[in-house]
Amino acid sequence: MRTLIILAAVFAALGLVPFFVVSDVWLNIAIMVLYSALLGQAWNMLGGYGGQFSFGHAAFFGTGAYTVAVLQVQYGINPWIGLFAGGLAAVVVAAIIGYSTFRYGLKGSYFALVTLAFAEVLRILSNSVPITGAGVGLLIPLQVAPSNLQFADKGSYYWLVWAMALCAFAAACWIGNSRFGAQLMAVRDNEDAARALGVRAYSVKLRAIMLSGFFSGLGGVFYAQYFLYLDPHIAYGASVSIESLLVPIIGGIGTLFGPLLGAVVLHAISEVSRDLIGDVPGISLVLYGALLVVMVLFLPRGLAGLLIRRKAAPQNRKKQEAEHA
Amino acid sequence: MPEAMLEVSNICKTFGGVRASRNVSLSVPDGKITSLIGPNGAGKTTLFAQITGFLKPDSGSIRFLGEDITGASPEEIAERGMIRTFQVVKPFAGQTVRDNIAVGAHLRIRSRRGALAKAEEVAREVGLGNRLDQDASSLTVAGRKRLEVARALATEPKLILFDEVLAGLNPSEIRDVIPVIRAVKDRGITILLIEHVMQAVMSLSEYTWVLNQGGLIAEGVPKDVVSDPHVIEAYLGKGMAERIAAREKADV
Amino acid sequence: MPDLAIIIPSVLNGLTTGALYALVALGLTLIYGVLHIINFAHGALLMLGLYAVYYLNTRFGLDPYVCLLIVPPAMFALGYALQRGIIGRAGHGRDENILLVTLGLSIVIENLALFFFKSDTRIIDTPYSFEVVQIIGAFVPEPKVFAFIGAFVTAGLLWALMSFTDLGRAIRALAKERKGATLVGINADHVYAMSFGLGIACLGVAACLLLPSYYVSPQVGQGFVLIAFTIVVLGGMGSFVGALIGGLFIGVVEALSGLFLGESLGQIGIFAIFIVVLIFRPTGLLGHKV
Ligand SMILES: Nc1ncnc2c1ncn2[C@@H]1O[C@H](COP(=O)(O)OP(=O)(O)O)[C@@H](O)[C@H]1O
Ligand SMILES: [Mg+2]
Repeated sequence: MRTLIILAAVFAALGLVPFFVVSDVWLNIAIMVLYSALLGQAWNMLGGYGGQFSFGHAAFFGTGAYTVAVLQVQYGINPWIGLFAGGLAAVVVAAIIGYSTFRYGLKGSYFALVTLAFAEVLRILSNSVPITGAGVGLLIPLQVAPSNLQFADKGSYYWLVWAMALCAFAAACWIGNSRFGAQLMAVRDNEDAARALGVRAYSVKLRAIMLSGFFSGLGGVFYAQYFLYLDPHIAYGASVSIESLLVPIIGGIGTLFGPLLGAVVLHAISEVSRDLIGDVPGISLVLYGALLVVMVLFLPRGLAGLLIRRKAAPQNRKKQEAEHA
Repeated sequence: MPEAMLEVSNICKTFGGVRASRNVSLSVPDGKITSLIGPNGAGKTTLFAQITGFLKPDSGSIRFLGEDITGASPEEIAERGMIRTFQVVKPFAGQTVRDNIAVGAHLRIRSRRGALAKAEEVAREVGLGNRLDQDASSLTVAGRKRLEVARALATEPKLILFDEVLAGLNPSEIRDVIPVIRAVKDRGITILLIEHVMQAVMSLSEYTWVLNQGGLIAEGVPKDVVSDPHVIEAYLGKGMAERIAAREKADV
Repeated sequence: MPDLAIIIPSVLNGLTTGALYALVALGLTLIYGVLHIINFAHGALLMLGLYAVYYLNTRFGLDPYVCLLIVPPAMFALGYALQRGIIGRAGHGRDENILLVTLGLSIVIENLALFFFKSDTRIIDTPYSFEVVQIIGAFVPEPKVFAFIGAFVTAGLLWALMSFTDLGRAIRALAKERKGATLVGINADHVYAMSFGLGIACLGVAACLLLPSYYVSPQVGQGFVLIAFTIVVLGGMGSFVGALIGGLFIGVVEALSGLFLGESLGQIGIFAIFIVVLIFRPTGLLGHKV
């Protein structure tokens, strides 16, 4: 209940940002922060709450993005419909990946690599079939009108991504306070013990990946409508998958606000580094990679782990010793 | 005679060359505490794993409450009312005691509030009432064993299979946990124990099976079973031999 | 149905490419077999090796095969340091953490390479770059033949090292059981780092053998990670023979599916194999062996 109130307050405050931030540059940064938080929270549902680390969230993101784009460009279907179609298409992809991995008990690094392989397969497919514009990519014609899910002002885009992020965070909040979430976290912490208590581990994980895929797909829809251009590398390339996992890992996986915190920190770093070093290609990625190494080495529970209870820290150490023994 | 609650018939299981279960049959009667004993590596845990769906027997069948559950999944078996605990306790580390027990409670209770209330109630029953908000990983060994019992209890089972729930506890802790197990039985829940602690088996269970190298070698009332020469030879053999040798030495 | 005149060169091409894949996979399978971790930075480190060979060749005029004396030892040192300094400390009891940390390393290495070496694709010029050998009526570039032989020699050397040296015995003991190995006085951290170093040294060998018939760019390693891992899975984690056979197999599959499906779609065959093999046979087709 308390977290729900805090969540509502945070998002109410975030909703006011366009009234105070008039500069398009800053509003764009705010948009990208919420967009990253959306992708990060989507990953967090499966990776944080469910303990299933995916390296291939681009599979969902790209499917959402291509669905809304292809429906518009090739079939003239309104992107508002495409928005839901994109989310659902991502859910279908998630169900396929979830079915083929969880059904056969794939976990840990194997699961991570198989998700990556799925994303790669989709990248190659989208690079080869004409419907996605193949390697050339897909340009969504500029037709600014709210009915077209295209806006003249950044403020409206902000509210679009804000609403999507709000839904994702509300869903994560629900995970933290529901039977489904309790079962998901139980499977994460000990699958055998959970199953012995009657938790249908396979079904719980499958639902988690579908939920996660849905919000990742929404992120893809937003990307397509905001930038109006897609190619196989943008949609299904590794960057989206990396961003999706980096954000919650920085902020704190398995926590409600971790992805928001991570998104803020990530964009702050990339803005500051751009100011200091200039627009050198790849430099922010070097920082991202270094950050990932540092977080995993020294703060596996993320920044949130610093802020809230540090109780589990000694336990982690003990577990580590047991691992090594 | 009504059919027993749990009917295990002719279970066989091999791992590579190891025959972990050789044609094991036993029937667990309703409403009692019964037990399964045997030396380390006898195949007790493996038998539990097969009964509860974690391993598939090579052959044989398992019936629970009159229905065939051979090959059913652990989840399904838990839903039917049979819960196992683990010899190596498996707490959901990083979650509170309350949340741990609530996972069990959620098997029958959909609402979060209801499950948390149930968790609290069960925690009190097993003596974890003042540790509800503690991280499960910070519990002592005895506390973790209680947690295993509590989680199982919260699912409102008809039958609980306890795998060495007393192992690793000191005598005073054992004295504390035994009444908890009795109380579970008094709620009408049937119990099958795997136990090493002989004193516990003698005082708790009404009937016992002895497993050795995967096969049953004796069964009966505990006090008869422990005096069965087969059992002494197979199960207590080494200990007895040592004790006798020691006594002889003392006599000299 | 294309006739044999097209299929045979394609298969030969696949076999030689596959040998290189095998070489890359040998290091990965060694690391996996001993440390039970997946090195996601494998491709990025291969790329570093390729740049090392490239600059040794273009700046100092060293023949890529002479670089075999320099690059693999340097890569060994790098691998040793990485394992001891970073990777070995990152697990915290979860294998995904290793994957994450090596992913982070690969991002850093690739983007630093982009910064220092720019994104251009580079090749080297050797006297034998365009020499060909005729095999069953098909022409195979000479460097590819050398690479093919080199892969087998390397696998043989690795096997000998594992079988006949003290280090090999220590590695095998550690791979089997850490606790027992440390009890008999094996310094686990050191031997793990040696194994990781050896795995990365294999990449150094691969880089020297690869560059004469290939190219280098900051992203060149990306394509190799999943392919190498597919081979490792296919061949059985930790098995050298498996890596060789798996590498050749994947090379041929890639060449043939490229022939039948076209260059771009052809790669799907590999990932499809990867997914199917991982899902159904996580211990590999040839079983588990170290
Ligand atoms: N998953 C497994 N794979 C191979 N062998 C196993 C496995 N589980 C148990 N065993 C073997 O089966 C035998 C019985 O083990 P277990 O059931 O744990 O005995 P107990 O619980 O009576 O001590 C032992 O020899 C053990 O090594
Ligand atoms: Mg046991």
